[in-house]
Amino acid sequence: MAPDDIIKPNKPAANGNHVNRVSARLKEHIVEIISDSGEGAQKCGQSFGSIVARMGHGVWTVEIIPAEIRPPARSVAGASGNRIRIGEKRVTNGGNETDLVVAFNEQVLLGRVRSNELKQGCTILLESMWRDDPNLSIRSSYVETYKQLVAAGYRVYEIPMEEECHKHVTDSRRGKNMFALGMLCSCYSLDLQVARDQVALTFGKKSEKVINTNIELLEAGFAWAEANLDFRYEIPSSKTTEPQIVVNGNTALALGVLASGMEICAMYPITPATSASHYLSDAFEKVGGVVHQAEDEIAACAFAIGASYAGKCTVTITSGPGYSLKQEAIGLAVMGEIPLVVVNVMRGGPSTGQPTKTEQGDLMTTIFGSHGDAPKVVIAPGTIEECFYSVITARKIAETFNMVVVILSDANLATSQAPFTRPSFDEAWLAPPIDQSAVPAGAKPYDWDPKTGLARRFIPGQPGGMHTLTGLAHDVNSHVAYDPEINQQGMRARSLKLAALQKTLLPPTVFGDPTGDLLVIGWGSTKGAIEEAVEEFREEGKRISSLHLTFIQPMPPGIKEILAGFKKIITIENNWSDDPNDEIIDETNRRYSALAMLLRSRYLFDIDCWSECRGTPLKPNTVRRVILEALS
Amino acid sequence: MKVATQTISASECLLRMYDEHHEIEDYQKGVPRWCTGCGDNAILTAVQRLCRDEGLLPEKTVFVSGIGCSSRLPHYMNTYGFHGIHGRALPVAEGAKLARPDLDVFVNTGDGDCCSIGAAHWIHAVRYNMDLTMMLHDNQIYGLTKKQASPTSPIGTKSNTTPRGSYLEALNPLTVTLGISNVSFVAQVVDWIPEVLYQVISAAFHHKGFSFIRIVQRCPEWLPKQMDPWMHDPQRVLLLHHENGLEISPALAKVYTKMEEHDPANMNRAREIASSDDPIPVGILYRDDDIPCYEDVRHDSRLRTAEMVKNGLNAELDKFTVWPEGATHA
Repeated sequence: MAPDDIIKPNKPAANGNHVNRVSARLKEHIVEIISDSGEGAQKCGQSFGSIVARMGHGVWTVEIIPAEIRPPARSVAGASGNRIRIGEKRVTNGGNETDLVVAFNEQVLLGRVRSNELKQGCTILLESMWRDDPNLSIRSSYVETYKQLVAAGYRVYEIPMEEECHKHVTDSRRGKNMFALGMLCSCYSLDLQVARDQVALTFGKKSEKVINTNIELLEAGFAWAEANLDFRYEIPSSKTTEPQIVVNGNTALALGVLASGMEICAMYPITPATSASHYLSDAFEKVGGVVHQAEDEIAACAFAIGASYAGKCTVTITSGPGYSLKQEAIGLAVMGEIPLVVVNVMRGGPSTGQPTKTEQGDLMTTIFGSHGDAPKVVIAPGTIEECFYSVITARKIAETFNMVVVILSDANLATSQAPFTRPSFDEAWLAPPIDQSAVPAGAKPYDWDPKTGLARRFIPGQPGGMHTLTGLAHDVNSHVAYDPEINQQGMRARSLKLAALQKTLLPPTVFGDPTGDLLVIGWGSTKGAIEEAVEEFREEGKRISSLHLTFIQPMPPGIKEILAGFKKIITIENNWSDDPNDEIIDETNRRYSALAMLLRSRYLFDIDCWSECRGTPLKPNTVRRVILEALS
Repeated sequence: MKVATQTISASECLLRMYDEHHEIEDYQKGVPRWCTGCGDNAILTAVQRLCRDEGLLPEKTVFVSGIGCSSRLPHYMNTYGFHGIHGRALPVAEGAKLARPDLDVFVNTGDGDCCSIGAAHWIHAVRYNMDLTMMLHDNQIYGLTKKQASPTSPIGTKSNTTPRGSYLEALNPLTVTLGISNVSFVAQVVDWIPEVLYQVISAAFHHKGFSFIRIVQRCPEWLPKQMDPWMHDPQRVLLLHHENGLEISPALAKVYTKMEEHDPANMNRAREIASSDDPIPVGILYRDDDIPCYEDVRHDSRLRTAEMVKNGLNAELDKFTVWPEGATHA
């Protein structure tokens, strides 16, 4: 914590307690609120994020989710809550280590300390009720932890949250989170009225009594902090001129499904993709859409294919293991040239892996997955806003090219929230009505254009278009064919469509100068962290730029020219690659990370890579360290 | 058949009748490549006859199949067809039907396709109860992959994967189907009584809901004598008839004298009948016309307009919008 300048001591609190409150102005800060599961820390964090967004701050929030539904109370692995990065400017990623934590018990706090998520010496607002717990082991655990934290240099404030809440409610489990929210609003000099409005919105579906109780607790927390805390922060905000929406990546995807005019989403529950379907299940029906929860992942994909085949391009939303199960069906859609949108919200793999953690491990399986040559389009949103628009783009491409389009999101985007400009609906996002006109005499269901591979699709209901779509090799009439020439012709057509799409893409934009000493290349959710680190180097005068790829298959034109402008190129990814310093690793056996492998093979540049699989979002500090190593 | 709602002139009506009148040849396509004597031929003939008799529009009719001998059937229909992947015919058909309730969707599948690799979908298809007509071509053997035991092969069946005879009791598709929630139509027929085969497929087509027909069929290539004892002895066939079920023609009644008047509403008796494989029951075992169809529950009949999507999207966006100070929420 390095305040830019001390502003002024605070005036005495209204209740007469005189606390000398020092106010510090900051560029940014990272706040965490953590509790046992079910104590409402997530709601507190989300509300806090919304309040700071309303006040015009840049914000990025990330859910802290335990792997179990109800982990034992007061357990190190059970931390549940939210991490909020507030900035004076737009915030594009979760940032580095945490500056201030509110913890409802010392055990969940230990979990965060041990995973190195807290900044050395950070401020901790700790519930103090455990000091007087009737259970001796709890008492001693609390005291022991407190001593350790203080000794380790953390600035720990013991807060009687339980006691203070009991002045307002009998069950503090319902409401302590709002007390904490009030404290945070005071700590960050936020407008209490904006906070009240947000609480009313958060509990909008509940009764007036519930809303009023929560506002009362919010005010109590605010007042307590005003009276008792000796610090306060101010982060400048820049007022936005246009409306922003604040959602996580999964909700953005779901809103994209709605906005794209799709009518059916077929899914099977899987972490961390399911929250997209949860939201969609509620919102979709209002515009005549259906979320079909199928009996399994394969059925979900086949169901989507059936609906798409019948004329309504459909989406199926899943995560790694589900994506693996869908492979054969995806191949069928490729072979039959059925438009289909598949969303893969990546998690840690292989196998069950790390369901709640983030990783970019599915790029290769997405591009090369399904047996045989099964060309499909792969796009990877790099921001929460892009999650929204990627679905609209994906449906358009799927229907224009009669292809499978896979959207690769990940747990990082799925559980992070950040504001972006409120989308303004455009009718062009929607598909035209299903063509039910008669097929012209002599037209064939796979009348592949020799140049582009494109063919007009016949939809059931079109008179004269009757044919049997098949997953077998087929000729232009969709007749099963084992003729060598015909198979070659079909393979060519399906592959050419990727080239045809590529011809329509614009070259990607380099972040920074078009030439320099180092080019960092990334894809997907790491965009914000990479660009933040690169920006920092650029401010220091270093000749470093970055390139972020949204279209990964096909890759847009112009990349080779960009690569040629840099002395050294490295990809930074959240997946596996061998460490070249490992004893038995050398150039003959080193396994590169996915994007590096693709770029090396396509452009024949000696592109280096750095990646990690820690399950956590990439931090700008990590990127900084990697860049420094790459430059040395 | 869907009825046009708008009024049309008499001459146009005549023209349409001409356009929409179809002969059986209009539903035929290509020359089936099944073996001589294969039961699939009888099923194909029956569905082509059904299409003609019902005057189905070829462009509004879809035959969906999986993989196997049975699943080649769509290729011989001059309608829309979907020959997909092994075991997954049902979810494909369900997706098509939910998206387009105006289509008549049939499913052709086999004992390996449905009862083995696609068994999960079979159970859930019964539960969804979508308005689909499903034909299980059950020849008790894997044919296309050249003779392996299937789940419905009787114990002791010698095959390439069970050279000393299969080890397990056969799965009974009828009792399984009758045990699933929302079951609404279950019938069994044999390929060597084409008259009943047609009657049952027709009744299944007219049933609103998921119709499950197990068609016991011969495989002349891999199990050529399997059904001979039943074929050659009419006493080993139990014909089910009822005023709410099938009406047996006098000619047929002279040959198949072993009959039972069975009310398809009687689930308990249906389960008892289903348990027998000798005599083999033929007819409609169970029917319940009152089970809601999934597509009726889920499909939104409102005409979807851009305005509707726009308003819906904006209403949702409102929930997440942070308005700049002074802006109206309009």
